[in-house]
Amino acid sequence: MNDWFTIFILTLDATMRVSTPLILAALAGLFSERSGVVDISLEGKMLAGAFAAAAVASIAGSAWIGLLAAIAVSIVLALLHGFACITHRGNQVVSGVAINILAAGLTMVLGLHWFKQGGQTPRLDNEARFLSLDLPGAQAVADVPYLGKIYEELISGHNILVYVAFLMVPFTYWVVYKTRFGLRLRAVGENPNAVDTAGISVVKIRYLAVICTGILCGIAGAYISTAHNAQFVRDMTAGQGFIALAALIFGKWRPFQVLFACLLFGFLDALAVRLQGVSLPGIGEIPVQFIEALPYLLTVILLAGFIGKAVAPKASGIPYVKER
Amino acid sequence: MSRHLFYGCLLSEIKVPMQSGMAIKLTDVSKRFGAVRANDKVSLSVEAGTIHGIVGENGAGKSTLMSILYGFYQYDSGTTEVFGKDHYFNNSREALAAGIGMVHQHFMLVDPFTVLENVMLGNEGGKLLKEGREQARTELTRLADEYGLSVDVNARVSSLSVGHQQRVEILKALYRGAKILILDEPTGVLTPQETTELFRILNALKDQGVTIILITHKLQEIMAITDNVSVMRAGKMVAHRKTSETSKEDIAELMVGRKVLLQVDKDESVTGKPLISVKNLTVKDAQGIERVKNVSFDVKAGEVVGIAGVSGNGQSELLEALSGITKIDEGSIEINGSLLTRKQPISPSKMRDIGLAHVPEDRHRMGMVNSFAAYESSALGYHNDEAYNGRFLMSRQKVKEYCGKLMDAFDVRPRDPNLKSANFSGGNQQKLILAREIERNPDILLVGQPTRGVDIGAIEFIHKRIIEMRDAGKAVLLVSVELEEIISVSDRVLVMCDGYISGEVSAAEADEKTLGLMMTNTDAAANLEEVVS
Repeated sequence: MNDWFTIFILTLDATMRVSTPLILAALAGLFSERSGVVDISLEGKMLAGAFAAAAVASIAGSAWIGLLAAIAVSIVLALLHGFACITHRGNQVVSGVAINILAAGLTMVLGLHWFKQGGQTPRLDNEARFLSLDLPGAQAVADVPYLGKIYEELISGHNILVYVAFLMVPFTYWVVYKTRFGLRLRAVGENPNAVDTAGISVVKIRYLAVICTGILCGIAGAYISTAHNAQFVRDMTAGQGFIALAALIFGKWRPFQVLFACLLFGFLDALAVRLQGVSLPGIGEIPVQFIEALPYLLTVILLAGFIGKAVAPKASGIPYVKER
Repeated sequence: MSRHLFYGCLLSEIKVPMQSGMAIKLTDVSKRFGAVRANDKVSLSVEAGTIHGIVGENGAGKSTLMSILYGFYQYDSGTTEVFGKDHYFNNSREALAAGIGMVHQHFMLVDPFTVLENVMLGNEGGKLLKEGREQARTELTRLADEYGLSVDVNARVSSLSVGHQQRVEILKALYRGAKILILDEPTGVLTPQETTELFRILNALKDQGVTIILITHKLQEIMAITDNVSVMRAGKMVAHRKTSETSKEDIAELMVGRKVLLQVDKDESVTGKPLISVKNLTVKDAQGIERVKNVSFDVKAGEVVGIAGVSGNGQSELLEALSGITKIDEGSIEINGSLLTRKQPISPSKMRDIGLAHVPEDRHRMGMVNSFAAYESSALGYHNDEAYNGRFLMSRQKVKEYCGKLMDAFDVRPRDPNLKSANFSGGNQQKLILAREIERNPDILLVGQPTRGVDIGAIEFIHKRIIEMRDAGKAVLLVSVELEEIISVSDRVLVMCDGYISGEVSAAEADEKTLGLMMTNTDAAANLEEVVS
């Protein structure tokens, strides 16, 4: 089989794995921002979720219980954000920053205190992790040229959370565009007055939205510590919450465009790993630092002008006050 | 009431039955906001199937009263009866269920949504949108046909004209089964033709048995369309009248509490040489779109030139160009002998030095600083004046003293230079800004929307001052969306449409109909350009 084809498939395979937390976090942000609540604390919620998942999974010995813990912790932080921003109409960016700092500090302190391993959680056994699933027939078709390889490497062989993340995209689309809740969600992010005068509670819709954000961030966190890795390490989200935020803007707050943006960032990330130490014809070996900086550089360039004007939901960032 | 039940009864109420008796009866309703009594023992009876006007100055409490009726605010004491039944609305949904619909002054529409989605919001008819969509579409089309409110249900609201957006608001209320429709200042954003169309719709609704409450400050609208009128002043209901048995003057007096002159008294103007001379002026906005297109006109000493037009047709940009705030792209402006071109701009402060004063359209954004004390706002733009400054520091004492003089001259109340600017009423803020600009004795005065959000008593005062400026041989350029104001104050009227000057008439020949036609006549504007070029 063609070597380049194998490398290409393997890079795409890595792209899927790297994109998964981005997709989940970006969709999380979509719910919140579509309702008019700016959320830069995706990062903090993912980190807290990752810690909770790894900590609980190591004690309970079950990845699923870890996942539930991650979701619960992330929802609590989301509600805290909601309490500050929706109930008390605080500044949404300040509240988000506070939650990021809180998550970074609290995971360290609790980790040190509980596990005494320098802030890490114990390495998880396989039973306490989300393992790769082989889809039916994957081994059987593995020898079929090209298509078999695509099925076996690319489509099969991921853990359940990867599939959840990808299925979440059409599901989010359906919720946002086809349901009553979605209509109200979009309306409340554009003109909360219209929603209030229609006799619907703005506060309720926004709280529901941040709870959705909490759930998805929790899943993203659990993926990072109990599926992609096998333990919690301090600051292990490494800015992925912010990249997800960038993908959300890049994708103009629409689910499928957001998916595309996440895949693009994920692909660059996977490519960076793949290109390390590789000597390209005519260029020579590319410095590792440059490759690692590539996704971030691209984010800045794309956001600066290549995507056209990204129009945020009109009411996002503005606390709702009944006008006098 | 479950949503399905609500939806069902909504459909059963397709024919609004002719109601007799009282649609609404409020008794001794009071509402406080902190220390302010917005409504003080207000009583109101509205006969079913009539158009009932509610007038009052800004801050008289009309909007608060209607928000209570609509369930947006909850009152502190009193009783509400709707069609003879006692109600206390905890939210808008309960008011809607009782048959009260509201068309707000600022439309409560979601711009990126279609008309259909906007109407469905809050009455989706099921957890999934598709469950209610077709039913809503059919019902909406039927309502639109029945009341002559034709509108494309699939169009995005942001693509509709203001008049059509208002129709969507009315449809929204009817769709929710409103039998009583409250309209808050509905004509503020409409052209005269759109207003006529709205009145036709309102009369059609009345014929179908809908009760309409019209809140407005425009007295000629009250006279034109209402059956009964109630007047509010300072949070209290002061009078109820049958429209046929009253007059504009009578209502104005009730609103203000004293006699008011609705017509401005003025003599023939005595004009001198041109003080503003605009030639082929073109102004682009930050996005590079032409806002003022090839405009030429003069304003002579001793005349008031009014600029009429639906807001957003280049008037603001023209004012900003004339006052030196934005740079111009083509053409020239001659102000009191000084020439301004693209290459040779004149800064706003230099403009003041050469005798031009500017009262901006939006006093909160450009006229003053809300959080400043009155004396600070009264010095803005003139803060470098020698009279205010010592060698290094500004003398607050001198600024305050001068502010006190301005307040005396223009009867600004309360007369307190230390009070925060935001705490004055709209009329008094405007008087302070006018005082700041006029008392410096400029040769040219630019005034934008001088009476926006200003009560009738202050309007009379402000108009008098503008005429005094004219009589003293100054050149005045007045930009306003209020046609009545333009017609009564100006000597000459220019109409702007789509950045062009689409017509010019003398004040004697100007009436709402001719101006209204010019305001919407884009063809004439384009033709005019062809002739010029």
